Amino acid sequence: MTAPATANAVQEDAAGQVLAFPAAETARATRDSRPLRLITCGSVDDGKSTLIGRLLWDTKAVKEDQAATLRRDSSGKQNDLGLPDFALLLDGLQAEREQGITIDVAYRYFSTDRRSFIVADTPGHEQYTRNMATGASTADLAVLLVDARVGLLEQTRRHATIATLMGIKQFVLAVNKIDLTDYDRARFEQISHEFRELALSLGVRQVTAIPLSALKGENVVYDGRASMPWYDGPTLVEVLELATTRSSQTVGFRLPVQRVSRPGESFRGYQGTVAGGSVKPGDSVVILPSGMVANVTKIVTFDLVRNAAVAGDAITLVLDRQVDVSRGDMIVAIDSQPLTGLAFDAQIVALQADGIQPGKRYWLKSGSRRQRVQVQPASQLDLKTGKWEPAEQLPMNAIGKVHLAFDEQAIFDPYEQNRTTGAFILIDPDTNNTVAGGMITAKRSALGGIHTEDARVILSLPADLADQLMATELFAARREDAEVRRVSAGKASEIIDTIDG
Amino acid sequence: MPLTHPETELHNPQSTKPPLDPHLKALENEAIHIFREVAAEFERPVMLYSIGKDSSVLLHLARKAFYPGRVPFPLLHVNTGWKFAEMIAFRNEIVKRYDLDLIEHVNPRGAAENVTPFSHGSALYTDIMKTEALRQALDAGQYDAAFGGARRDEEASRAKERIYSFRTPDHRWDPRNQRPELWNVYNGMVRKGESVRAFPLSNWTEVDIWRYIQAEDIPIVPLYFAKKRPVVERDGMMILAEDPRLELLPGETKREEVIRFRTLGCFPLTGAIRSEATSLDDIISELETATVSERQGRAIDRDQSGSMEKKKREGYF
Ligand SMILES: Nc1nc2c(ncn2[C@@H]2O[C@H](COP(=O)(O)OP(=O)(O)OP(=O)(O)O)[C@@H](O)[C@H]2O)c(=O)[nH]1
Ligand SMILES: [Mg+2]
Repeated sequence: MTAPATANAVQEDAAGQVLAFPAAETARATRDSRPLRLITCGSVDDGKSTLIGRLLWDTKAVKEDQAATLRRDSSGKQNDLGLPDFALLLDGLQAEREQGITIDVAYRYFSTDRRSFIVADTPGHEQYTRNMATGASTADLAVLLVDARVGLLEQTRRHATIATLMGIKQFVLAVNKIDLTDYDRARFEQISHEFRELALSLGVRQVTAIPLSALKGENVVYDGRASMPWYDGPTLVEVLELATTRSSQTVGFRLPVQRVSRPGESFRGYQGTVAGGSVKPGDSVVILPSGMVANVTKIVTFDLVRNAAVAGDAITLVLDRQVDVSRGDMIVAIDSQPLTGLAFDAQIVALQADGIQPGKRYWLKSGSRRQRVQVQPASQLDLKTGKWEPAEQLPMNAIGKVHLAFDEQAIFDPYEQNRTTGAFILIDPDTNNTVAGGMITAKRSALGGIHTEDARVILSLPADLADQLMATELFAARREDAEVRRVSAGKASEIIDTIDG
Repeated sequence: MPLTHPETELHNPQSTKPPLDPHLKALENEAIHIFREVAAEFERPVMLYSIGKDSSVLLHLARKAFYPGRVPFPLLHVNTGWKFAEMIAFRNEIVKRYDLDLIEHVNPRGAAENVTPFSHGSALYTDIMKTEALRQALDAGQYDAAFGGARRDEEASRAKERIYSFRTPDHRWDPRNQRPELWNVYNGMVRKGESVRAFPLSNWTEVDIWRYIQAEDIPIVPLYFAKKRPVVERDGMMILAEDPRLELLPGETKREEVIRFRTLGCFPLTGAIRSEATSLDDIISELETATVSERQGRAIDRDQSGSMEKKKREGYF
């Protein structure tokens, strides 16, 4: 799609009136792959929305009536160049238009001859980091914008870090507003160098740096050779066309059970979306957390009975025997099981004003499983130094490492191995709001959790005495080491009686 | 009726159909996931059914999501009394064919006061017969989740909306304060009276809808296909002149044109387009070269930028 920017689609007269609309293009139906999901991120006003607006404009995703509305809404706010305010194609909320900023993510869709794209334009303001995280969680690629005049800011680092934590491995560094630096090559190279250092420290290896002007459309869809003869790299759209979608996950079969389908006596199926690996009739599976084993007899879908299902497929699974399976359970490959336990380590991003309070009990939802969890912050990332500092609580927008302690068995894969079964949200039971997004790093047994081989004592105590003991500091400090079940006195003596020795 | 093959037995209803391409398959999987999640997490879900193409796709996906079971919630049609006659006939046929529970609601106040698009103007009419009516119906059913067929590519404020869109007990949307929505982990926790609107088609575009209708052979209202029909020009729109309640204003004349509709709503407020597209292939190629968006034909969307957001804040879908 390379053509000089002068042959650009928008033609305008001196008064900034759009004279010719982008010509409609015919059938572009390359749907032989999943769409690429990308986000724009970076600090306030660096030009994220303008860039996506320009991308939509130059790929002819803006229709005539929308262009007319844009022209009307831009009048009075025209920039020096007399171009429309492309950001208005994205900033669709009244409050955003009034303040000239992005508040919440906008999802937009466009395609080129080669592939289709879902783009999430995220806000730069620190206050709305939660909305940036929302966009980042599903993205395959991040376009990180930097204002060429300003360089990397703390917010740029925050966004780069969140994007990396959430598993984005491909970055485009868009050094934007290059027109305002007189197309200064040295400036571009200095910023690219600075970012590569940051990327390296975050463990990102795939970075393409592009000098561009979102407003003028240089190096977005059309190349900017006329203004930047020194740059002979790809345009943004060329990079996007060649990027890879998230590769399917390598761990074994995972099916978080969303619901049990029992339309009649003769049929019992487990419905969910395959979250990893694949499955076929005859496979042996384990139901977690119960640990029961069964074999797959059928994979049912509306269209036909299938002979295999892979990650991403929404299916109904039928097993060969009556086992107890309910919503929130996970059906997994027998030879490649996820981690189960009561204590895990995770990294989280705190998304709401109250931050994350130590010891508070939140709801944790992962896949279809929701359970109570106690969150103990351990450290917080200092964005200036890139170092983890000890922390007791996490304020809003902080990136932290935490310990999770559950009352009931939890089931996870490390996020690095599975972006679905390793991801979770925390919900504040007081407000019902989503207060954090988290990524599992490890199970805690090796790090101070429960060691199966160690000696244990099982006590049966009256509830009031147990409560007093558990209220002590000594107990609280090692809460994760203890397992507590509340049962009736009769049940307790039954259990104790069954234990040898 | 363009309804094709009747539903066959439990298995292999469409086994000869070629598999969906990966793009549509990904969209279908996502929608089915959302349907199942909402059905499992909420006590009283309902599906808004407007009879249009998006609703037809939504219904098809619901049937797929719960197969071999029945769709486990009712369909709600908020009727204004001014829908195209062909839409109502189509709706009745579909409900019968697929064995669905349909709830129809008309705003009794609007009906009693005889609120029409002609007498009250499109804005007030929409307010009473659609927004207020929807709120009444949702309150009456005490639904805590309502599926809708809205797509983010339809309009700039829709592009901002979550898949689970939280509503206060008086059905308000607060676009400045939406819950974060990460990965495909949806937060379905609501208090009594609060609800969510769930949008399984959020990430679909208009072309995706048509390509899916074609690939899956989904029945749609015949008004989407071009045919010679009586029309009258009003407010810069061509509206269908079939309903006896439509009175011609001075200077207006009825004429025959080969037309079709890109979206369907209330006939007095929905503009037709001149088109020769008589098949799905024609519609798709027409769309791929279209120079205007689909909302162009809708009176209520043309008022001003931000009018959709305003309506949504008040409880409109
Ligand atoms: N000269 C010039 N101006 C630009 C360019 N890109 C963006 N701008 C201007 O920069 C301002 C901010 O642009 P936006 O696109 O709203 O910035 P943003 O990054 O989306 O801002 P937030 O979403 O609020 O963080 C607008 O006035 C744009 O016209 C560019 O390449 N060159
Ligand atoms: Mg913006």
